[in-house]
Amino acid sequence: MSLLAIENLSLAIHGAPILRDVSFTVDEGQIVGVIGESGSGKSMTALSVMGLLPAGAQARGKVIFEGRDLLAASEAELCALRGAGIGMVFQEPMTALNPVQTIGAQVAETVLIHGAGSRAEAMARAREVLNRVGLPAERFPLSRYPHELSGGQRQRVVIAMAIALRPRLLIADEPTTALDVTTQAQILRLLKRLVAEDGMGLLLITHDLGVVADMADEMVIMKAGEVVERGAGQGFFARMQHPYTRALFEASSHVPERTAQVEERPLLEVRNVSRDYALARTALFAPARRFRAVDGVSFEIRRGESLGLVGESGCGKSTLTRAILGLEEVQEGEILIDGQPVFSGHRVNLAVRRKMQVVFQDPYGSFNPRWKVARLVAEPFHLLGARPPDWRERVGAALESVGLEAADMEKYIHEFSGGQRQRIAIARALILRPELIILDEAVSALDVSIRAQILDLLADLSERFGLTYLFISHDLSVVRAITDRVLVMRAGRIVEEGPTDEVFAKPQHAYTKTLIEAAPELPQVAAQ
Amino acid sequence: MKGRISRSLWLGAALTLAFVGAALLSFVWTPHDFAAMDIPNKLQPPSAVHWFGTDHFGRDIFSMVMVGARTSIAVALVAVGIGMALGVPLGLAAAARSGGLLDEVIMRANDLVFAFPALLIAILITAVFGASAVNAIIAIGIFNIPVFARLTRGGALSLWKREYILAARVSGKGAARISFEHILPNIANLLIVQGTIQFSLGILAEAGLSYVGLGAQPPTPSWGRMLADAQTLIGLAPHIAIFPGLAIVFTVLGLNLMGDGLRDLLDPRLRRART
Repeated sequence: MSLLAIENLSLAIHGAPILRDVSFTVDEGQIVGVIGESGSGKSMTALSVMGLLPAGAQARGKVIFEGRDLLAASEAELCALRGAGIGMVFQEPMTALNPVQTIGAQVAETVLIHGAGSRAEAMARAREVLNRVGLPAERFPLSRYPHELSGGQRQRVVIAMAIALRPRLLIADEPTTALDVTTQAQILRLLKRLVAEDGMGLLLITHDLGVVADMADEMVIMKAGEVVERGAGQGFFARMQHPYTRALFEASSHVPERTAQVEERPLLEVRNVSRDYALARTALFAPARRFRAVDGVSFEIRRGESLGLVGESGCGKSTLTRAILGLEEVQEGEILIDGQPVFSGHRVNLAVRRKMQVVFQDPYGSFNPRWKVARLVAEPFHLLGARPPDWRERVGAALESVGLEAADMEKYIHEFSGGQRQRIAIARALILRPELIILDEAVSALDVSIRAQILDLLADLSERFGLTYLFISHDLSVVRAITDRVLVMRAGRIVEEGPTDEVFAKPQHAYTKTLIEAAPELPQVAAQ
Repeated sequence: MKGRISRSLWLGAALTLAFVGAALLSFVWTPHDFAAMDIPNKLQPPSAVHWFGTDHFGRDIFSMVMVGARTSIAVALVAVGIGMALGVPLGLAAAARSGGLLDEVIMRANDLVFAFPALLIAILITAVFGASAVNAIIAIGIFNIPVFARLTRGGALSLWKREYILAARVSGKGAARISFEHILPNIANLLIVQGTIQFSLGILAEAGLSYVGLGAQPPTPSWGRMLADAQTLIGLAPHIAIFPGLAIVFTVLGLNLMGDGLRDLLDPRLRRART
């Protein structure tokens, strides 16, 4: 008998169908990867198992855990089960922990709630579990607070909370999506080890095929509330049948066709740029300590080139972006576009600013929700002083060039999906016909199939308008797909620089090697 | 995106409307002349002729309450106006220069104003400059400034981190333009809700000042002074204290209910929490 058997699970929320006939099983010691894009119902499946469905949800079918149907269980029975029989790890380690409680108290809470021991025993158990997830007592005493830990360490605490009572089943919903690649690799290794040691079942939910590719014993592909394909993890991609699975696989490793015409003349020159931030004073009259976010960085981008800037969070890439955009002044060095400085004196050089635009990561936070698309896309015209008389035609043309319709300019931003919003963000960047576009994690928040479309669009636009891209990302596969040259940044410095293919094939610096090894990779599958 | 209009919002709006309507109506019609004295008929209990009875000068209390609403609205409205007109730009400026000297100066000045009990300073101002409705307005208005400045700064700070603000900066827009184009429309709901609540507080403050004789001067009727006049006669004719008192209670209640209802309607976070 399976540990968890989901049989013909259908779910509707306020009458709207969310899941249809979902069936799969998880055995003891087995890792089942549930893969799907946003809206596929993968998280709702997990919440059905935990009995944590939102109000108005109606579930039919069976969720059998250790012989008991959880859909028929009472709330009291589910409470006894949650945390003890089934543990759960959420995506966002920043919000899954209570900031005013110590990590020891939070891990011990699970033990105490289930009455599995006295306070002292619970604390002892917390210590033991934290040791198991790689947070040893000497460096991570129980009295630490979440804000004293990094993102990866916090996720370890969340995992410790989930496994404190040795549950038979662990559900992990996008456990590594918010983490850097190297941290992601560590957390995945940790989960794998815990499964092997405790013999628990792991339901690993993710949008990233690469994460589960070499880890899952069983793969479940979901689309629009249905399971479209299931199979053993080993050699899954060689056997995959369903067109959606294939499309997902291809989109994950999509490389747009590009024919770059790179001129020798540099467009952007960054020379010995450094940027310090003042840290909080430790005492009233103590001198303010300084933190060097960007440390003596130099590089250039030639006209028509697509340059990647790779680094993990906190490496200084955002600071560098803001400096190039002229949003913040640098303390040392200079930044030139077409030979002209971004800052002249202490003022931003407007002529230079017109030559560059930016696309940000978050398709939901990038637009003022109270403006119509026309006004949003036309915003950069402010750099010209006034909107040109034909501004509406130009907004229409920009929308059409990114694959939307000119009539869309009369709509509000909430009428568009994430992928469409990112197209609007690109239209806004294109409206002044800039030469340099900075793409700051511009595809990181998108589903893989949408991401592939946006990458194609970017490649196409660079050809049509002779654009130069600075592509900033933590996602190595994307950088590999769309850039000619790549810079690797760590702790404010550029540690490696070279043509993308060479750097990925033969990384020189130890850090680059770690990054590339840690990046989840899909197996090579011969064209069918 | 429209939320459901709650029952408390209906009730609050109805009470507020009744009170505003009474004030407007008093310009063209009151049952009696509010200032006409009729000593032989003093301290009459409520009757068909004098709905709320008469006071110790024989004046019609119903008419005085209607005209008193005028005073209350005028004082509270202008006071909230002063608070918004000065507080909102200060808050926007502080948020735009967050962490800078300007922010420090504005917010510490706010703390300074906050540090004094509002009524005490109002008494001080009216004591120095003389008791009048205008001075009451200024005194109450000053205490509305830090309330709006803080609220605006808090709302604006979280918006300044949004990427659309960065995009506007990349488009070369300055802090002032961004504040008015992007920030202000997105915190308008916060300001409307707070404005309603400050309005009710303004009415209470005006009543308080008039009660101690520092608000509108006779013969202009004011609820606070009507209560003060009634104080010594309360055992003899309780109705002359009860009706102005009820007027204050119901308008403040109405405005607070309306503020709460508007908050539920306009604040998406609360709306989600309730469904």
